Amino acid sequence: MAKKLIVIGAGMASGRMLEHLIDANPDAYDITLFNAEPRGNYNRLMLSPVLSGEKTYEEIVTHDAAWYEERGVTCRFGEKVVAIDTEKKVVTGEKGALPYDKLVIATGSNPFIIPLPGHDLQGVIPYRDLEDTEAMMALGAGKRAVVIGGGLLGLEAAAGMAARGTEVDVVHIMGHLMERQLDEAAGYLLRRSLTEKGIRVHCKANSKQILSDANGHVRALQLDDGTELPCDLLVMAVGIRPSTALGKEAGLEVNRGIVVDDHMVTSNPDVLALGECVEHAGAIFGLVAPLYDQAKVLAKTLLGEEARFVQKEVATKLKVTGCDLFSAGDFAEGEGREDIVFRDPARGVYKRLILEGNRLIGAVMYGDTADGAWFHGLIKDATEVEEMRETLIFGPAYQGGAAADPMAAVAALPRDAEICGCNGVCKGQIEDAINAGAGDLGAVRATTKASASCGTCTGLVEQILGATLGDDFVIPAAQSVCGCTDLSHEDVRRLIKSQELKSQEAVWQELGWTTRNGCHVCRPAVNFYLLADWPLDYVDDPQSRFVNERNHANIQKDGTYSVMPRMWGGMTTPQELMAIAQAAEKYAATEKVTGGQRIDLLGVKKEDLPAIWHDLNEAGMVSGHAYTKGLRTVKTCVGSEWCRFGTQDSTGLGIALERRLWGSWTPHKVKLGVSGCPRNCAEATCKDVGIVCVDSGFQIGVAGAAGMDVKETERLVDVPTEQEAIEWTVAFVQLYREHAKYLDRPYKWVAKVGLDWVKETLADAAERQALVERFDLSQSVYQKDPWAERAKPEVARRFHPLADLTLEAAE
Amino acid sequence: MSWIDIGHIDDIPLRGARLVKTPVGCVAIFRTAEAEVFAASNACPHKAGPLSEGIVHGQKVTCPLHNWVFDLNTGEAQGADEGRIATYPVRLDGDRILLDGHAVGKRSAA
Repeated sequence: MAKKLIVIGAGMASGRMLEHLIDANPDAYDITLFNAEPRGNYNRLMLSPVLSGEKTYEEIVTHDAAWYEERGVTCRFGEKVVAIDTEKKVVTGEKGALPYDKLVIATGSNPFIIPLPGHDLQGVIPYRDLEDTEAMMALGAGKRAVVIGGGLLGLEAAAGMAARGTEVDVVHIMGHLMERQLDEAAGYLLRRSLTEKGIRVHCKANSKQILSDANGHVRALQLDDGTELPCDLLVMAVGIRPSTALGKEAGLEVNRGIVVDDHMVTSNPDVLALGECVEHAGAIFGLVAPLYDQAKVLAKTLLGEEARFVQKEVATKLKVTGCDLFSAGDFAEGEGREDIVFRDPARGVYKRLILEGNRLIGAVMYGDTADGAWFHGLIKDATEVEEMRETLIFGPAYQGGAAADPMAAVAALPRDAEICGCNGVCKGQIEDAINAGAGDLGAVRATTKASASCGTCTGLVEQILGATLGDDFVIPAAQSVCGCTDLSHEDVRRLIKSQELKSQEAVWQELGWTTRNGCHVCRPAVNFYLLADWPLDYVDDPQSRFVNERNHANIQKDGTYSVMPRMWGGMTTPQELMAIAQAAEKYAATEKVTGGQRIDLLGVKKEDLPAIWHDLNEAGMVSGHAYTKGLRTVKTCVGSEWCRFGTQDSTGLGIALERRLWGSWTPHKVKLGVSGCPRNCAEATCKDVGIVCVDSGFQIGVAGAAGMDVKETERLVDVPTEQEAIEWTVAFVQLYREHAKYLDRPYKWVAKVGLDWVKETLADAAERQALVERFDLSQSVYQKDPWAERAKPEVARRFHPLADLTLEAAE
Repeated sequence: MSWIDIGHIDDIPLRGARLVKTPVGCVAIFRTAEAEVFAASNACPHKAGPLSEGIVHGQKVTCPLHNWVFDLNTGEAQGADEGRIATYPVRLDGDRILLDGHAVGKRSAA
């Protein structure tokens, strides 16, 4: 029969420990889990992104009750443990007693509240759990908050509230922010960044008392010098204390924390403990990485395997968007220590390495932390750095003279370099996992746990994927855009809107891009996001576009181009056909009828493009945009005009839609179809937007696909009039333009946000109207024929070589 | 070296490229920053994609056909791809772009 295990406290440490234990041997123990909070375990590290709105609570849940129950764990959530009897080996909860063979205490820590006068007023909270986070989120714009404590947690709280429009003052007793992790110079840069975000920082500030209003609610914080900082909420983020009461009552040895040995066993051989409640070799623990190490060790101890917990050097990163800092090791000045410092004031970059003898013992970086993992590795391994000392500060990419390339930086890391600090995963484990078939970030997370906690190493993990898999690795959705940033497409879109970033430079600088001006992956996406969100402020950048969109024609495998004039709704005239025929002859083009009811002219030389466009313009035709992430074609059938089954004028509706939508840029291409009856000759039911006419009106379907995936459209709405059909279609396209990830077709986007959300949003007549207005505003800028502009001689010459040195040579 | 004036810096869009026809074939002139140019073979060693049509980022260019990335300093393909494009001496004299005629196979005019 399985032995009985009781675990007190469902937190990150105990959750991870149970994962290890159950993975290794699901039948070893009969497990009961007590938790005073009425819920399972969420990733506390990620409360700050929840606060700033970059994540939701649902996204940070790691183990809910269902997770535990699926694994046979009996959950007693919402029930406090009142006593432990280590003699009889019984734990007593509020609802009854239970015997154990082994007991694990994981009661975590309590936030430290400074006993200032007024600390018990309403509106004075610590920053510890979801309730605290929610209190801060609820504050919102126009309110004021004071944060006491300029450490990691305090600053994340301050930045999160500021991002929500709250006015924030940070009060810090020391001379500079995060003094345990940063030196003064980096502290200064951090302070400057925060000040730019509108946060007021008061250093060397002593709090005297918290002042109350008439209702017993906090009104202001008063400092030693008499200054009053008015506030609606006061957050104390000054540290944590191990929660040891239960351990103490049970008669275990307790100092600052519950004392454990290297095997995570307390002074009682059948009671183990881990997490923020323990003390090991005189140290207590607040960061997650050592807790996860403890979880591994404790699980092994329970299984009778040998494992020892060893304290390691821990690196720090701040999860505040736009404040990129890194610190590791010891950076105090001292006898026999030398500094290497690099500063770039223009970029707000500061790097300092601290050497003792031939070894790196500390690193502090601000503004550019791409090489943090490499430095951290050098510190931990006590590598001799004498030979690379001159170029050390420029990072691994410069060792051996190669260029600065993020891939090279990762490729240069040794196999035992730690990539994921939270979970203690090194590069070699990740490479092995990739070589064993983990082909994307999700699979690497699942098999190694790398980047599965705080996520700041996501970019690194992806670079390892890229370096290991080469071209086979395409960064998928909801992961970082590319190696230039750790942010996902969704993050970038949200931040462009919320921070009102209106230029590429603003995006690179404010979102901490690691490259000078992005790469071929991120720049087209950022260019689209900017022009979609700020049509009047941002100017489209052709150099951030793929060749086809820059040259307004499709490049073919031999370097020639194809040219396709627009035929509205697939209708044409003898004059247009004659002009196309003449152009085909004149420029020796191959003609092909396309699936979208157009005629394609293939094999046109680049130099000839302006001329053929000019000729087609003359005949009244404009670009068919067969090359864009934008509106492609509206395919129609002949409808009630000709067809004996036609119920509505599908051709007319198709033409009207095409005339409204053409020229608009979208996250990916958009194809429409309008069929005049349910026989569906225009194949509307596999289009991005497909309208099927019926006797009573128009059935609008969206999110179809007929490419890599084949998928029938889903019904968005049925409307009685043509005008409403156009309004719904335009609003849908605009919603897609404003929200989708670059290179997601509508069907992929709808799958992510849910058709219900799309329906709900568009069902609101005012919202629908607003979307249509925003679309029309954008069209006022972008609906113009790119061919006509480029057929002008002064622009056309750019399609010719800059110089021809072969002519002179022949003379 | 025999420097040949091939045009004005503003003839090339910032983070863009233009072609120069030479005796050794088409050479792409890349403008990577306000006053920073590189010259390299226009043909990608993979499938001869026209590199002058690629997206220019940092001091690199991405081939428009299959996304091979080349460092314009060395001509080396980046990442897992193996290959190299020829690079040629080019410099700026004020606003003028000067390409080394010898390197692109032109005999000295003298």
